Amino acid sequence: MLAIIGTVPIQDFPITCGRICLTGMNLSISDTAVDVNRGTAALMAAAAATCNFLGTEQPYGFLVGDIGHGKGSRNLYKFFCTHLPDYSFNTLTFHYLQPIAHWHNNILAAIDAVAPRPVTIADAGFMYAAKMSGYARRYDLFTPDVGELAFLADESAPHPLYTRGFLLHDENRAEQLIERAYAHGNAATVLLVKGRRDLVVRNGKILHTISEPCVEALEAIGGTGDTITGIVSALISSGMDRVEASVKAAMANRIAGSLANPTPATNVSEIITMIPNALSSLFSG
Amino acid sequence: MLHLFKRRERKKRDRESVDSGILIFAVTSDVISGERILKKNGWPIRVMGPPSEIQTGCDLVIEFPLMEKLDILRTLEREGISPISVVPVSSPLLKPVDLFVLKDFGEYLMARAANMKITLAKEDLRIVNISGGGCPDVPYLAYQMVGKPLLEAPQPRDIGQTLCAYALQLAYEELLKKCSR
Repeated sequence: MLAIIGTVPIQDFPITCGRICLTGMNLSISDTAVDVNRGTAALMAAAAATCNFLGTEQPYGFLVGDIGHGKGSRNLYKFFCTHLPDYSFNTLTFHYLQPIAHWHNNILAAIDAVAPRPVTIADAGFMYAAKMSGYARRYDLFTPDVGELAFLADESAPHPLYTRGFLLHDENRAEQLIERAYAHGNAATVLLVKGRRDLVVRNGKILHTISEPCVEALEAIGGTGDTITGIVSALISSGMDRVEASVKAAMANRIAGSLANPTPATNVSEIITMIPNALSSLFSG
Repeated sequence: MLHLFKRRERKKRDRESVDSGILIFAVTSDVISGERILKKNGWPIRVMGPPSEIQTGCDLVIEFPLMEKLDILRTLEREGISPISVVPVSSPLLKPVDLFVLKDFGEYLMARAANMKITLAKEDLRIVNISGGGCPDVPYLAYQMVGKPLLEAPQPRDIGQTLCAYALQLAYEELLKKCSR
């Protein structure tokens, strides 16, 4: 079973865990409704839509409210470390969480104590913490966008805000950034780099480039990176190989984007609605 | 000759570093408030990344002229903000990004700073989307800002808490500059 760990932007939202359920665009976790807009809720909705399509077990969610103070994230880190042994997850996806090196390391230790070790996927703030802590190589999959790839390539940057200019200038030369990220041990085994061209990389080698259909507006829409991470998490949890799952997720997200015919003002929920159709055309084709 | 030049450069750097201190705060929102207060009062300060030995996560510090320590602390205290620590600069500080990308979508314009993107409709300068980032206040900032005109929306520096909020503020200011031309 897949577990997704992240936050919602509601200060007093208590730690909530349970099965994620998606009916239409109504998302709930343990019977608590969650607004699907962007962030972890978008990731959960995309993962649930993918599980619905595959007919696999619905994902399990761990959510807490945090609007940037970090208190909710700290509470959830502690809760997850304590309760992880109570569950049997095959895949863990960490998402919008305050990047705190100390708590990241506690989480990693808790995962290491679990047998068999689940597949570990990190995106957003938790990916920043994994890189900053120096343990990026311990992860199975990171899903950075091209800006975050430059951050992974900068061995001295603890956060994308500090990425040095010469690396940001290099964004069109993703190959060099990938090489540099792996050379400094700042990449997971597999990278799914989200951008104009989606790149699927294993151990520093670009294995697949996905660039069609090209929907320019997706870059501006908040949550479209989260949906790819949700799809790939569900595919991996179903038993699919990580590289194949990354390619399929990138393609499905592009097709869903294309079907929604978006503008830069589109809400990500309109794209999530199209995920089942996108998966259907992908798997039948 | 080159050797002499290098020695002079090193001395200059040492002198500069001894002259600087950093204000360390418990939370990034205090750094953002502190920066606003000190700049308003005319202090020559810079928001920077902390040296590696004190990095804990989502960190920013304020670099200031050490000789002005007491006046600066009094200025902050008057506004109800206190750093948890004040230390001389002993190793290099990290500089926030100063490279911005503008992307024209026809009816929409997007600005990006580091990992944060903000997009507005050219017709009415309404913010239509915010994307990127990874800290938990990004979805919160999007809820508060999207749908509002650029000049009326709350600014990330006022309601944000993290480095992603700081990056979004930089992108926001870039759009503001572009739109006021």
